[in-house]
Amino acid sequence: MIAKQMWIAFETLTRKELMRCFRIWPQTIMPPAITMTLYFVIFGKLVGSQIHEIEGFTYIQYIVPGLVMMSIIMNAYINTSSSFFGSKFQRSIEEILVSPTPNVIILCGFIMGGVMRALIVGSIVTTIALFFTHLHLHHFLLMFLVALLTAVFFSIAGVINGVYAKTFDDVSWIPSFVITPLTYFGGVFFSTSMLSGLWQKIAYLDPILYIVNAFRYSLLGVSYANIEISVSVLFIFTTVLFFYALHLLRVSPGLRN
Amino acid sequence: MLALELKQLRKTYANGVEALKGISLSVEKGSFIGLLGPNGAGKSTIISIINSLTRKTSGDVTINGHNIDYALSAAKAQIGVVPQEFNFNIFEKIQQIVINQAGYYGIPYREAAIRAKKYLSMLELWGQHNHIARILSGGMKRRLMIARALVHEPEVLILDEPTAGVDVEIRRSMWDLLQQLNSRGKTIILTTHYLEEAETLCDRIAIIHQGNLIQDTTKKQLLALLDVETFVLDLAEPLRMTLPILDGFKFKQTDPMTLEAECSKKKKLNELFSFLNEHNILVCSMRNRSNRLEELFLRLTR
Repeated sequence: MIAKQMWIAFETLTRKELMRCFRIWPQTIMPPAITMTLYFVIFGKLVGSQIHEIEGFTYIQYIVPGLVMMSIIMNAYINTSSSFFGSKFQRSIEEILVSPTPNVIILCGFIMGGVMRALIVGSIVTTIALFFTHLHLHHFLLMFLVALLTAVFFSIAGVINGVYAKTFDDVSWIPSFVITPLTYFGGVFFSTSMLSGLWQKIAYLDPILYIVNAFRYSLLGVSYANIEISVSVLFIFTTVLFFYALHLLRVSPGLRN
Repeated sequence: MLALELKQLRKTYANGVEALKGISLSVEKGSFIGLLGPNGAGKSTIISIINSLTRKTSGDVTINGHNIDYALSAAKAQIGVVPQEFNFNIFEKIQQIVINQAGYYGIPYREAAIRAKKYLSMLELWGQHNHIARILSGGMKRRLMIARALVHEPEVLILDEPTAGVDVEIRRSMWDLLQQLNSRGKTIILTTHYLEEAETLCDRIAIIHQGNLIQDTTKKQLLALLDVETFVLDLAEPLRMTLPILDGFKFKQTDPMTLEAECSKKKKLNELFSFLNEHNILVCSMRNRSNRLEELFLRLTR
């Protein structure tokens, strides 16, 4: 396959993923918009008004970056894991596997679908947040880089989950029991300075804490971890995960006999 | 040039089942070959290896000169596959399924849309192009898979039981289409359980049994192997005598009004009718018990 044909295959996969996202918008776009509006109303306005400022920002301003990042993480992951597993379940993945499209393009197409959905939902959540508070923008490029890298990382993780999954339960298990707890504990709703000694140490073991922190820094300019190291580690992990996913597509557990 | 060449193809699954035991098969360009065999013979495994969904244990597969071990991408571009089971997203629009498939082969969107219309029209599905695939009947779904397999205009079309569960009218129209495609030079490889289908469509027949290729020849040569044929005779009145004996013929009564006559090919049917006349056995009609290929197939795979 020549480069132009690979680009067309990539475009096709991306368009298919995006069309899927919009076709089932009550499942993909509406729920995060409603959930985040509720978070802003309840935690931001009602509960937040009773909480004093954190590092010079009102509580709602402090939690907006975390909530945006939470939407990006969940939507990137769920999009690729459910789409990949759905294709496997319906066997429509065979349409792609029998074609000359190389594995790297298949992977990139699914990742792109996840990234697009994550960034669309992230933008919607940010827009909703603007109805409740005004937002600072400390470092635009960093904000974009962290959002993009996070979306890519969790999209790849979703593909890996989709490759291994044998049932629909396998696809919902990780978001419910791994990603959600790690995200909640990753400083979305609080600063680590609010935690006691031991809990603070445990919190620093949570990788999502560094992602939320870097994104919050890009918006508010406050941080409790080294941003360069956080972004570099995220980049390295994303690269490693990409090659692992590529390897999985090549050895194809559950895809080819 | 060969459209497909299999050399000593073997497949042993992880559970130890030896599905293919060294199959070698050559398919000339432009031919229409039928892969026949009972369930579990290994037909679908061969197709699955050709389209890269199953990894071979050993052997060589070459499609239009491209070996799948060294030029998989080029080999894949040469084939269009219609699998046995539906494998498209039932929630996607029919036209979109075909356009997407073209995209995976690197065909630009505009060209893909033109081809989708062409092949969906050819398969009489254009009227439903904007509907989701879920609403299609079984026969329509099969035709959708044929349109999808044709959209990148492959040299070799492989169909794994394409007419299973399809009504007679649609089956006949699918036969017409396949014959049309073959007459335009497309190589067609067909697996089927309908031996009448194979006898009507294929110019070459390969019979696979328990992972081995037990016959690979032209239909004409294969049918020549059939040394006996069985005819069913519908009698005008019940047979009130013991079964007649005639050299070169075997008789069997299935009910009082029906007599089966197994005839050696060396014998003339006139002998049979003279004999029946002599014994005042009146025959209203006569037909083959099964089609000739079916009879031969049963003998070879028993």
